[in-house]
Amino acid sequence: MDTATTDDAPPAPRELGEPLVELRTVNKHFGALHVLQNIELTVHQGEVVVVIGPSGSGKSTLCRAINRLETIDDGEITVDGIPLPEEGKALAHLRADVGMVFQSFNLFSHKTVLDNVTLGPRKVRGLSKSEAESEAMTLLQRVGVDSQAHKMPAQLSGGQQQRVAIARALAMRPKVMLFDEPTSALDPEMVNEVLDVMVSLAREGMTMIVVTHEMGFARKAADRVVFMADGQIVEEAEPDEFFTNPRTDRARDFLSKILTH
Amino acid sequence: MGDYLSGLWTVFEEYDVLAAFWVNIQLTFWAGLLALALGTVLAIMRISPIASLRFVGTAYVNILRNTPLTIIMTFMILALVFQLALQLSSNLSDSYFRFAVLGLAVYHASFVCEAIRSGVNTVPLGQAEAARAIGLPFMDSARLIILPQAFRGAIAPLGSVLIALMKNSTVAAAASVTTETASTMKVAIEFNPDYLMEIFGVFAIGWVILVIPVGLLTTWLSERLAVKR
Repeated sequence: MDTATTDDAPPAPRELGEPLVELRTVNKHFGALHVLQNIELTVHQGEVVVVIGPSGSGKSTLCRAINRLETIDDGEITVDGIPLPEEGKALAHLRADVGMVFQSFNLFSHKTVLDNVTLGPRKVRGLSKSEAESEAMTLLQRVGVDSQAHKMPAQLSGGQQQRVAIARALAMRPKVMLFDEPTSALDPEMVNEVLDVMVSLAREGMTMIVVTHEMGFARKAADRVVFMADGQIVEEAEPDEFFTNPRTDRARDFLSKILTH
Repeated sequence: MGDYLSGLWTVFEEYDVLAAFWVNIQLTFWAGLLALALGTVLAIMRISPIASLRFVGTAYVNILRNTPLTIIMTFMILALVFQLALQLSSNLSDSYFRFAVLGLAVYHASFVCEAIRSGVNTVPLGQAEAARAIGLPFMDSARLIILPQAFRGAIAPLGSVLIALMKNSTVAAAASVTTETASTMKVAIEFNPDYLMEIFGVFAIGWVILVIPVGLLTTWLSERLAVKR
């Protein structure tokens, strides 16, 4: 459950900026299932929030709702003070500012690694091919896959694909990055290479909302842990506080199940 | 025996089989091009987030696909040419040819649309979500991400539509294109009933020779161009 890096010291408390992502009494149903129940959450500039909880607790739905890959029934979500637009150009514009990393990578299968990373900057941000490519190479280097730039996604390992996906999201220069279980589809030996990239992003001050089961990442990089169960936010605390001294029975029960082995 | 062969030779001197097939190939080419363009537009409409576009696309496909081609082709001539006096060329036979192309195209576009939609179904939902997540609007994500993969996944069904279109191009006879194979064969047999089997055989074999390579080619292409995931 822990990550490979030996440095387990909690991050120094950071100065938090302005509220960047705000959810106000957000509700969503999947048929009879009330998957998000009166969710209240504020994520500040530069903050790293880890969302954990049992499967079916609504944590992925919460993450996907923030760039409207899931619509919500009522409540309000704002990003940088702007309420999520319904559809069309304004929504596309907002999504460009919100980076998303998926569980199943979702690299564009018919495009090379480099084209995956340059597509958004060229088509959405209007960068020239050469500008976009030089920025993309810098990002690919940063996540350690620059030598694979001209390969197709299917030729890469899962860990490499996920790192490319992170580079693709970063290429848009997002204000906030959403990670929806980014290591859950990876073979165990590839989990750390992805987590290491995420930890370094967190240290550089990126605002991040991370849905994950990686408690080691939460301890090492998170400013706050949000524990969800049955569509509700049950508990919120700093990682150390949460892992050593959970306040609710639900959280204690959950932690006892995942931390004992 | 000599008489038989020279008689047969005369028949095929009089009726130019290759020219007749060439007419069908031309009908197929132009109708195929138009059907591909129209079918792609219909497919985009049917996967678009705008409900009214989806409705129009669905209605078009269901109406055209469920109308017999002969009726569409006859309508082209009887309604558009005779009733409404529309002309697509000052040359009458060119005009008929173009109406035949149009009829074939509007009919087969509905099948092209459905073939492309089956290709869209081979593209995982995550591809569209990733496209949206980097801020691509619908048309860009359709054009750059979904359709290129969908076409590659739709080559086999598109090949089947093309083969159907080739053979259906003989229905152009119903739109007064009299130089294509089915019409040529009918006239040739009418005036040379002694050679019925031979004439029929030549045209049938010609069609088989024309169609089989298309099937082989599209099967080969669909394997070669499949998107690796």
